[in-house]
Amino acid sequence: MYGEQPLFGLLNRIGGAPVADHRPWPRYRVTREGWLSLIEEMEGSAWSLLGLWGEPKEVFVALREDMSGDIAVVSLECPQGRFPSLSAVRPSANRLERAAHDLYGLTAERTTDPRPWLDHDAWGVRRPLSDRPGAPSPNPGPYTFLPVEGEGLHQIPVGPVHAGIIEPGHFRFTANGETVVRLEERLGYVHRGIEGLMRGKPVAEAARLAARISGDSTVAHSLAFARAVEAAVDLRVPPRAVWLRALMAELERVANHLGDIGAICNDAAFAFMLAEMSQLREAVLRAADLCFGHRLMMDRVVPGGVAADLPERGPALLLDLCAELRRRFPPLVTIYDGKASLQDRTVGTGIVSTGLVNRFGASGPVGRASGRGLDARRNPGYAPYDDLEFEVPVLTECDVNARVWIRIREVEQSIALIEQIARRMPGLPRGLDGTTPLPLVPLEAGQGGAGTREGLSLVESFRGDILTWVRVEADGTIGRCHPRDPSWFQWPLLEAAIEGNIVADFPLCNKSFNCSYAGHDL
Amino acid sequence: MFKHILKSLTGGPVTEAGPSPSDPALAELAGKLEKAAKARLGRSLSIREVDAGSCNGCELEIHALNNPIYDLERFGIRFVASPRHADVLLVTGPVARNMREALVRSWDATPDPKWVVACGDCAVSGGLFRDGYACVGPVNEVLPVDLHIPGCPPRPADLLAALLALLETSAAR
Ligand code: SF4
Repeated sequence: MYGEQPLFGLLNRIGGAPVADHRPWPRYRVTREGWLSLIEEMEGSAWSLLGLWGEPKEVFVALREDMSGDIAVVSLECPQGRFPSLSAVRPSANRLERAAHDLYGLTAERTTDPRPWLDHDAWGVRRPLSDRPGAPSPNPGPYTFLPVEGEGLHQIPVGPVHAGIIEPGHFRFTANGETVVRLEERLGYVHRGIEGLMRGKPVAEAARLAARISGDSTVAHSLAFARAVEAAVDLRVPPRAVWLRALMAELERVANHLGDIGAICNDAAFAFMLAEMSQLREAVLRAADLCFGHRLMMDRVVPGGVAADLPERGPALLLDLCAELRRRFPPLVTIYDGKASLQDRTVGTGIVSTGLVNRFGASGPVGRASGRGLDARRNPGYAPYDDLEFEVPVLTECDVNARVWIRIREVEQSIALIEQIARRMPGLPRGLDGTTPLPLVPLEAGQGGAGTREGLSLVESFRGDILTWVRVEADGTIGRCHPRDPSWFQWPLLEAAIEGNIVADFPLCNKSFNCSYAGHDL
Repeated sequence: MFKHILKSLTGGPVTEAGPSPSDPALAELAGKLEKAAKARLGRSLSIREVDAGSCNGCELEIHALNNPIYDLERFGIRFVASPRHADVLLVTGPVARNMREALVRSWDATPDPKWVVACGDCAVSGGLFRDGYACVGPVNEVLPVDLHIPGCPPRPADLLAALLALLETSAAR
């Protein structure tokens, strides 16, 4: 049922007015009637919801027609602070709408779930980013979890502080004996107000905030932010910077996947694999440190280019790293594959159906292990990946094991990508005396138009696609930035994955997702 | 797999020699512990990590301490699952207001004598997040902090050096 109604055709037909200086994909502003027809059309179409965010007087939604790759942003002005909810036709919109309500005071009409989400009554203010922030509620009640009825059910509340060294969040399990009947998540504990802090900041300062949205994807979030800004101001970055960015992104992907594979096995009581994988991860981080001066490569991708270039011996060092990984990784994969006791835990555990990942538009290993084979590096695609050879692995087993295998295959692909990049990197490396200038172009004021300019980007992190939307004001500051982490569309699926599994398998399922709390809570 | 293990057994440890306890950390602690409880901890420390609004970068490096290369446990320092078992709260993040209560409760649940370590620029100063409605700022605005480890995130070697300093000073009593 894909594409029976082309996205752009519909947007023109419902009277959407294209907004100037929105790049690289168009933004249409629609009337309330147009918005309602859009909801009606979404019911019968398979367009993916890529994001939904608010401003004090307007709500935005980004959509993609998966087959053609067409992307568009649709917005509706809501002077009264109300808009018709998308949650009935796209359940993935619900938490985003609740966030827009908590931050901007926008009310989603006829929503499937009106409870607060990020606002825990602890900020001392309500609707902090709206035009008229409100006084805190005088006597905040407890958060109401969804009611559960049935014989022999008991509840297990977990968190926000968990047993391991992990981020905080609350999980409310309802179990029947050992079996989980329902999991309900409550998130928002690490909300730091990033969207508010970005407002009015010069681009360079906002970029430092973007780098700290989710530390494990600092490169990917920085890249998404940089690409959105560059799209807005119509800036071309030097080819060498484009390749260095991809190099950092692939190093980040390998490091995280190695860590995840080890951690998943560890949660199946196979600590050996964690010990081995964490050594490989350490090797990657040390190489990143030697090449870019930071183990996680934080603040190295910046709007306009990169803030660090490879040293002269960088390519050789990276090829050595790849050789080491090629030597040490495959035997470990063989061990994973051959351990019946391990497979017993991961095969058939934590199943998420293909229908569900499509409905929620889940990306990354969670989507690809359940048959949703999209990868932002290919669709919509961005440089230099069109110039590089790699495959996007897809599986249809939908379980923890499949999510492990997607990561294994992606480690292999990324190693090959790092080798290609190290061999073919255009431009001159930084000399020992530091004379070669950095591949970085300065952002001039007024570039790409005199007024406000808007940009959108879609970037593949190790976790899935990151959507970042920015508005750059005439004076070069950030008017609004909305970074949507892939976790938004994966967290809800974890609730589905654990259903019918035993409580003891939750850590395993959770690790196989490895959603970001910080990236989601912002 | 057994071949692999055999190789590991005969190949010698991959663990690197530990750093010496960091000097600035020792200096900071020397003053603090004069006043602190004088219980001997027998050269072992149990740490409860609390993420109070971190970006998770700090957690990644704290995790690295447990890998065979840094191998924190050889020094008698280990991470525990509950604050009730802990001597030290290792706090990251700019204390998101949504986490403030959970942080204070974790501290209340930690038995005396206890130490609080602020890990990372966010926990030390509030980092980029100190202004705004959502964060309190530095951890010491909420709890008494005994040791600050700057860095964004601190490198594992720096974390190790600082924690060793804490171990030395607390064991010297
Ligand atoms: S100090 Fe840096 S790495 Fe640590 S939580 Fe803060 S931003 Fe993240």
